[in-house]
Amino acid sequence: MAGFGNAFSSSIGKKLIMGITGLFLISFLVVHCFLNSLIFVNDGGLTFNTGAHFMATNWLIRAMEVVLFAGLLAHIIQGFRLVFQNQSARPVKYAVTNGSANSKWYSRSMGLLGTLLLIFLIVHISKFWVISRFTGIPTVDANGHDDMFVIMVETFKNPFIVALYVFSMFSLAYHLLHGFSSAFQTLGWNHKKYTPLIKALGVWYSIIISLIFASMPIAMYLGLIK
Amino acid sequence: MSTGNMNLTLKIWRQKNNKAKGNLVDYKISEVSPDMSFLEMFDVLNEDLVAKGEEPVVFDHDCREGICGACSMFINGRPHGPKEGITTCQLHMRSFNDGDTIVVEPWRAKAFPVIKDLMVDRTAFDRIIASGGFISVNTGNAQDANSLPIPKVQADSAFEAAACIGCGACVATCKNASAMLFVSAKISQLAQLPQGQPERYRRVQSMVAQMDAEGFGNCTNTGACEAECPKGISLENIARMNRDFYSAKFVSEEDI
Repeated sequence: MAGFGNAFSSSIGKKLIMGITGLFLISFLVVHCFLNSLIFVNDGGLTFNTGAHFMATNWLIRAMEVVLFAGLLAHIIQGFRLVFQNQSARPVKYAVTNGSANSKWYSRSMGLLGTLLLIFLIVHISKFWVISRFTGIPTVDANGHDDMFVIMVETFKNPFIVALYVFSMFSLAYHLLHGFSSAFQTLGWNHKKYTPLIKALGVWYSIIISLIFASMPIAMYLGLIK
Repeated sequence: MSTGNMNLTLKIWRQKNNKAKGNLVDYKISEVSPDMSFLEMFDVLNEDLVAKGEEPVVFDHDCREGICGACSMFINGRPHGPKEGITTCQLHMRSFNDGDTIVVEPWRAKAFPVIKDLMVDRTAFDRIIASGGFISVNTGNAQDANSLPIPKVQADSAFEAAACIGCGACVATCKNASAMLFVSAKISQLAQLPQGQPERYRRVQSMVAQMDAEGFGNCTNTGACEAECPKGISLENIARMNRDFYSAKFVSEEDI
């Protein structure tokens, strides 16, 4: 980028891209989680389908969808680049390392957790997003909205899919557990008064978001949501 | 914790020179006093090796008081061994037990090539300092001590950053071999004082560029560096460096 020199290609710039896209994805998860939680109204998906209809037809949301994919792609590509660059910064490995003495395992495993999430996302996007956008949703509900809810119910009849979703939410929880506060540190927002708050918020966010998401396929598989 | 003399097995990285392929070699050492420092234990081992006509183990050391930053051993998977807040020279054999096997490796990073055995070339740090880790002042009489008022918290914070001895434990322990804790300490010790202001944004750009050119990895905020640093340098310094870097790149008009 002319005028900004090596701002984005430098080591700090690369982190900045990870941090900004990470926080953006974190904010997206809140919206996604809220909308999907509408299934817990347990009215045969009527409320949920209304929400899904709004998301599919609102022009601002559709525009943000493009930004979301761009952000996600940047996060993934930059993440893999960082993993490979960081591995090459130590060509001869240690015979013995004791990482648990100085850091959390998930903070050292962001690449692995991210890869697990990528595999999950490929399944997830092909199961839901591709159908709603391209294949078309076959049925409509009582309100005349596309019946996304039925597709969810059908998908989560498969115990393997449910298991994949629950496992992936563990990956998500640990990925966020490091990613949330790490993003703030990267942005330079380290402050004696606010950092403890951000760290606590990060822990609660990671646990709550992952629990809510994981409870959806479980509730549907057990037939609690109809 | 051991009180009597100990018998130990050492697995030490031996490497003839920068080009050679190294490997871990086993050594038995007996009658080690728990009061010996880790480096004194190496002195005894080397005496034995010389007496047997073998090559002694080459390792870096200088002051042996924990302040120079020369000693650099990666002991049982941790820089400067199992104790916190000390360098290898301040580690004593009472921290180990009779019969222990101790693995000793050099700092490992592309930017820290092995010279021989446990000695690595850390001049990458010197080149980073030379790229901007200084202030330019005119020579002449020293100013009156109180002519530049500095708040105590700020002076303390700058001093804490200045405690960095440049040993490289942060790079050694970082899974990414990143030098950001070192570089951020060297930036922070000047960025918080009035004397550091004129070159503040030029400095951060030059030093980060030099750090990247040396081939260190990228920080992923695991916090291992802070936990292993013998001088307790804080991650707050990395956040400060990041802030200064963004200000330099996105606000100041001078691009380096």
